[in-house]
Amino acid sequence: MYLLQRPEDIPPRLANRLNVRVAVLAAVVVAAIALVVLRLWSLQVLSGKHYLALARDHGVLDVRVHPPRGEILDRNGRVLVDNRTVMSLELRPSGLPSARSERRAELARLGHLLGVSQQDIARKIRETPQYAGYPVVLKQGLDRAVLFYLLENKESFPGVSVDRTYIRNYKHGDLAAHVLGIVGQINPKQLKLARYRGTRPGDVVGQAGVEYAYDRYLRGTAGSELIQVDALGRPRGQLGNKPARAGDNLQLTLDSGVQAAGESALRAKGLPSAFVAMNVHTGAILGMGSYPTYDPSFYTQPHTKAQYDAFGRQAGDPLVDRADQGGYPTGSAFKPITATAALEDHLISPSTIFDDTGSLDIGGITLHNAGGAANGPVDMSTALKVSSDVYFYNLGLHARARGNGGQIQDWAFKYGLGRRPNIDIPGAGPGLIPTPAWRNRLFHSHKNPYIDRPWTQGDNVNLAVGQGDVQVTPLQLARAYAALGNGGALVTPHVGGKIVDLHGRVVRRIKPPPTRHLQISPETRSVILEGIHRAADEPGGTSYPVMGSFPIPVAGKTGTAQRDGQQDQSWYSVLAPYPNPQIVVTVTVERGGFGVESAAPIARAILESYFSLNQGSAGSINAAAAHAAGPG
Amino acid sequence: MEAAKPSLTIAPRPSLIERLGMMRLDPIMLFAALGLIAFSIFTLDNATSHEVAGQPLYFVERQGLYALVGIALMLGLSRFDYTRLRDLRITLYGAMIAAIALVLVGGTAVRGSHRWIELPLFRFEPSELAKVVLCVTLAAFVFERVRRPFGLGSTLRLLALGVAPAALVFLQPDLGTGIVLVVIVIAVLFVAGIPWQHFAAIGAATVLLGGGAFAAGSGLGVHLLQGYQQDRLTAFLHPSDNPQDASYQVNQAVIAVGSGETVGRGNNSTQTELLFVPERHTDFVFAVIGERYGFVGSAFVVLLYALLFWRAIRVMRLSTSFYGSLIAGGIVAMLSFQVVVNIGMTLGLMPVTGITLPLMSYGGSSVLGTFLALGLLQSIHAQARTEAAR
Repeated sequence: MYLLQRPEDIPPRLANRLNVRVAVLAAVVVAAIALVVLRLWSLQVLSGKHYLALARDHGVLDVRVHPPRGEILDRNGRVLVDNRTVMSLELRPSGLPSARSERRAELARLGHLLGVSQQDIARKIRETPQYAGYPVVLKQGLDRAVLFYLLENKESFPGVSVDRTYIRNYKHGDLAAHVLGIVGQINPKQLKLARYRGTRPGDVVGQAGVEYAYDRYLRGTAGSELIQVDALGRPRGQLGNKPARAGDNLQLTLDSGVQAAGESALRAKGLPSAFVAMNVHTGAILGMGSYPTYDPSFYTQPHTKAQYDAFGRQAGDPLVDRADQGGYPTGSAFKPITATAALEDHLISPSTIFDDTGSLDIGGITLHNAGGAANGPVDMSTALKVSSDVYFYNLGLHARARGNGGQIQDWAFKYGLGRRPNIDIPGAGPGLIPTPAWRNRLFHSHKNPYIDRPWTQGDNVNLAVGQGDVQVTPLQLARAYAALGNGGALVTPHVGGKIVDLHGRVVRRIKPPPTRHLQISPETRSVILEGIHRAADEPGGTSYPVMGSFPIPVAGKTGTAQRDGQQDQSWYSVLAPYPNPQIVVTVTVERGGFGVESAAPIARAILESYFSLNQGSAGSINAAAAHAAGPG
Repeated sequence: MEAAKPSLTIAPRPSLIERLGMMRLDPIMLFAALGLIAFSIFTLDNATSHEVAGQPLYFVERQGLYALVGIALMLGLSRFDYTRLRDLRITLYGAMIAAIALVLVGGTAVRGSHRWIELPLFRFEPSELAKVVLCVTLAAFVFERVRRPFGLGSTLRLLALGVAPAALVFLQPDLGTGIVLVVIVIAVLFVAGIPWQHFAAIGAATVLLGGGAFAAGSGLGVHLLQGYQQDRLTAFLHPSDNPQDASYQVNQAVIAVGSGETVGRGNNSTQTELLFVPERHTDFVFAVIGERYGFVGSAFVVLLYALLFWRAIRVMRLSTSFYGSLIAGGIVAMLSFQVVVNIGMTLGLMPVTGITLPLMSYGGSSVLGTFLALGLLQSIHAQARTEAAR
């Protein structure tokens, strides 16, 4: 074998040594190769499944696909709220430059572009839950200029992308803002609630109004997309998807014409005020508004906490829905309730006559009619027509009141006053019907500095004419008048009409049954309706100056409530047409003075819209108000 | 010599293979080398078509060009009498030291490391060439004194000659190539027949000096290794899932190789395709092979390397000159060390050192340097066959 003789130029002593050393070197190489092959076998053949699973799992991003929220329509199918897509600026932190200085520089450039500080962006990134490549939404609704700048300078903004998202689009600006409510990202508390099952952080849910109440229909079902992303978080293909299901549409009972008429009348008056227009038989709200109001589109854009706080603290508290949250004394608008109590509990009969001398002495205190008028001998109908306070003082003086109730109080409760009205939007207030027990409890606890003495019969006298501690919201009063108008059914007010899915199929009709039926005799009802009809229809009636010329017969009662330290609260609550009303309209105006001055003209404008008469313009309202005079 | 007689038979015209001198080449070694570079180009073609936008063949074209130049160099060198390099040992050694030093002073820095010299057409990495030159020159220095028994003094002098370029490369800093140079030195001395005792002494001294220097350096706050080098060397000892850690790359590479299972994931590959494994066309190219072609492909590549090593080791024994055996020993050590360490790194067996996979990783200097080494082996082989034919 020639191999053994080689090499030829080697000293003999090294020849054997070379053979040994080559053999050792070869053995080492063989061992190393064997180790590598064994490791390969172990990794790929024996544990291949395990590693394949790891690899498949790696870089797969489960992206939630948000559905478009259902639209909100008025009763005639006019769209009030739909969605629009906006370009939103998203940042993937993993895509930012790794060098600290470059990262800072990019954030500073971004901040400059968006008009926020670099620290704000850094905080936003920190506060967004991080998951491989999950984007942080920095801004929604990019200007075209910013959008184009970003697209043209993509390279200088690594990690930044522009994506389409849905936001609410309010077709009529602030129309019905309080009823519609707002949407917003779900908060951590809500995430734990059963009604938000299936939602995840970052989802948008209703936070107020019908958006809140009917959220589970409007919300839709989020879909998901499985996206393969690379090590830098860049999408590299779709692995599967589950499409999102758009939310169902909500058709309201609101009539946008009635709503607009009411809101523009409130705006023309310019005082804090509210109105409710409701079907007396079904409780379907045709219009409900509060002034001052706000632009709900504010909440579709990202703002800082300070901006949100400032928005909520604006003068006049525009976020408060005075129609169902504002409790005020009603003044004489309360008299039909007192009248019901007196007639049904047989304190008097319809023909009982009191001599209204203009004042009444109770226990050394002399109470006067508003405006100091003396109406002479009056029966119930006339007392309602002219709004005789002395007549109703008498009823208050004679009505029993004890403990948690009383004759007037019990009827007020039956009419739904002092209780939450059970409307389908959140936040409606209960108002307050004062009882001896309530007043005495507060007096003894010293919790309320205005309650400076225990209950006296004078409180009952005050209640009889809607003054004093009583607090009623416009919605409550409208509901009480509706019960009077429809013969005793205390309807459940609602703004939701029906839920319609994408294919036009009705998913649910919203027809809540009346809360209860009041036992009011037809005679009582007709006496009271007649009285307040005469108030609107006959010269000398309290709302005659405004409603006398109205072509459709109505029955309406003014209210003028004294409030501490301010001008009187103006009220008007009207049923039309008389004697078989379809609609009730209740209006209240803070510091509006006599009911006929401020509230009644607004109610007339709303009725004109409802009955499609000459659309009540601000001019005619003011003209009517100018003629208004006389006691509330 | 007999007088020439006119022959009746006409000598056959020598074939192209004969004329190129390829008759005397080792065909198996040649097959393994061409197989490996072909597999490299095939892999790059499959794996890097999206790497450079608009140029799907960017890496393929370049690697192909390097391969052609490298094969030409290899064939040219195989016809060259390698023993003449012995006379050039001082010039070559000096030039090598100068080139490495030049890189240190004026080289192009990439990721904080000075390893390259900008040439008009391409960027050249002298340390890749230095591996081959060190084999040739150190073998020559050893061969000069092989006729006398080795004393510890001559061993140390040879050691110093070998470690000097390694030290310069460490300073670039290029830990991987430096280690390869040290391995070459040890291999050449080992094949030269340096007594075991010398190795034991050198080993002990290295441990003592290295440990001492490291301890003293840490004490004085001087870091002999760059932070990332330390991380890489120690990371494989305690792997973690934290992408910030140095072991992240190795984890991803191991997942890539493992997920290839028996026959590979082909174009469904994700680990190497989606950049979870870094440097997939250079240092971690074996992860691509493992994921795309599975155990079958990986084992095939390892088999080609095994063939190559077998034939290279065979050349050590075939060589007519001890000088050739020494060179071959250095080259065997160089190639096998790089292959085992690179694949071992990809398989999570070894630390990340930035050593390329010969003939497989993309890169001109690496491909050319490896083909030069193979050319030397073929030259040694050809010479032995020529002598045997005589």
